[in-house]
Amino acid sequence: MTARRRTTIVASAWLVISLTASVFLLRHIDRLRPQATIDDALYVSSPKMVKRGSLGFDGLMACIYWTRTVQYFGHRHYNREQSYNQLAPLLEITTTLDPQLIPAYQFGASFLAPQPPNGAGEPARAIQLMEFGIAHNPNDWKLYYDLGFVYYTELKDYKRAAEVFDKGSRVPGAHPFMKILAAQMAEHAGDFATARLLWSATFETSHETNIRQNALEHLRAITVDEDVSQLQAAVTRFGERTGRLPASMSELVGAEHLVGIPSDPDGDPYKLTPEGRIQLEKPEDFPFATKGLPPGYKPSALPRFHTKL
Amino acid sequence: MSMNTRIINIASNTFREAVRDRVLYNLIAFALLLTGAAIFVGQISIDIERLVVVNLGLTAVSLFGVIIAIFIGIGLVSKEIEKRTLYTVLSRPVRRWEFIVGKFFGLAGTLVVNTFFMAIGVFGALLYVAHKFTRPDALILVALYFIILEFLIICSLALLFSSFSSPLLSAVFAFSLFVIGSFADDLRGFAGLTHGFMRWVATGAAYLVPNFSTLNVISAVAHQHSLGGQLILQNTLYALFYTAMALSGAVLIFERRNLK
Repeated sequence: MTARRRTTIVASAWLVISLTASVFLLRHIDRLRPQATIDDALYVSSPKMVKRGSLGFDGLMACIYWTRTVQYFGHRHYNREQSYNQLAPLLEITTTLDPQLIPAYQFGASFLAPQPPNGAGEPARAIQLMEFGIAHNPNDWKLYYDLGFVYYTELKDYKRAAEVFDKGSRVPGAHPFMKILAAQMAEHAGDFATARLLWSATFETSHETNIRQNALEHLRAITVDEDVSQLQAAVTRFGERTGRLPASMSELVGAEHLVGIPSDPDGDPYKLTPEGRIQLEKPEDFPFATKGLPPGYKPSALPRFHTKL
Repeated sequence: MSMNTRIINIASNTFREAVRDRVLYNLIAFALLLTGAAIFVGQISIDIERLVVVNLGLTAVSLFGVIIAIFIGIGLVSKEIEKRTLYTVLSRPVRRWEFIVGKFFGLAGTLVVNTFFMAIGVFGALLYVAHKFTRPDALILVALYFIILEFLIICSLALLFSSFSSPLLSAVFAFSLFVIGSFADDLRGFAGLTHGFMRWVATGAAYLVPNFSTLNVISAVAHQHSLGGQLILQNTLYALFYTAMALSGAVLIFERRNLK
């Protein structure tokens, strides 16, 4: 074997060994580092500073920050974290870098405003974000929709929501449901139909997976709330008519002429408790349901979206 | 040999030298970057796949070109002096200004060829994520044209610094001017806040440094915003005048430089 060949073999072997060792060590070091600290690190929190530092390449920086925002939310959501402290600054930096990045505003409306553990619990900053978006994109009706959505879902300010939907409906090219929403807010704000219309619109107008899954979970929860309300009313009617509670769901179904044993969107039958309450079989599968939950039920943590798109 | 032929010869030699120096190898890195990005954004749905590819592609074209322009540009004169080839060239009937202009066109040509191949990469990646081209995609060509105008300015500045300074200092000067030029709008805003003599100085400085932000339409193009013909015309004129100014400065300095 020539000296040159020997050197080649030794160098190649060392290259492979060193590379393997460095990858192996890095994986170990990753386990030693506190993950939360890495996730929460936002070294430059001023949107203006980030914009200046991007040297004019703010479009690419916005894409990077947007990806980071989605990853931050997705990672914490997957790990069932209870807080999203960096969500607002990340969205603010993203939209300052690129005020035309519409999906970022939609994300803010869906996840910045809701109370923990469903979101960051910062409706005021969500509204600020939407108003910034409208100021920079006055011809985008979807932003009015998102702002009205925050007023409706989180603040229950139906009057303000109606005003925003009405304003958005007058933007050229606005979806016809904006007019319907404006009218619904005035008269039927608390109805299931209105809520369903709103979440369906969110589902249909967004392409972002997290937003669509969130909307789908809310739609499932609305179905549960509506079913439980109707079944609970049936139990009340049965009681008024007979002077006692139905002994079983089958008895209620027969007396109220229902078609089969009613079941939730997953196909699990609703339960009738001895106290006459309608309950979900698996309440943990419906994180946004407000009815049909066992007394004192508190979800241990935010469940993952289990509906696959 | 006519003046034009002499300039063309120097330019083609500069281009050949850049190719021999494996400058075009950056295209491999660019291709890997864009292919990776296209596959990556295609797999994670964040609703802005097209936006990412356009932003990343055009930013990479711009940054790769700026780096090439600076690092090749700063050595164009000093390398010839170091290798003593400049004396051979100037001993022939070649004027010093022709040498500078020829070098400029050679470097600009290298960057145009480089940008052409990168543009193919950008459109390829776009086709991969969007599956088809739409009419507004043609705006990417305008952004690429503005990037080339940016390169012309940087090439001329690198040559200007190269004509009197060492390669290291020239690189520092050229890169600093690129950074300052990216803040030109802020500099003008700052000038507006000052008073008296300082206002004159700050305004003068703001107009003296190249305004790269006016040539940066990447975000607008990524959002498919149309660009007016007036903007294209005036940016072209601005870049040509600024390049001519910097080249004139380089010629003036080089004509007076003692090469002994």
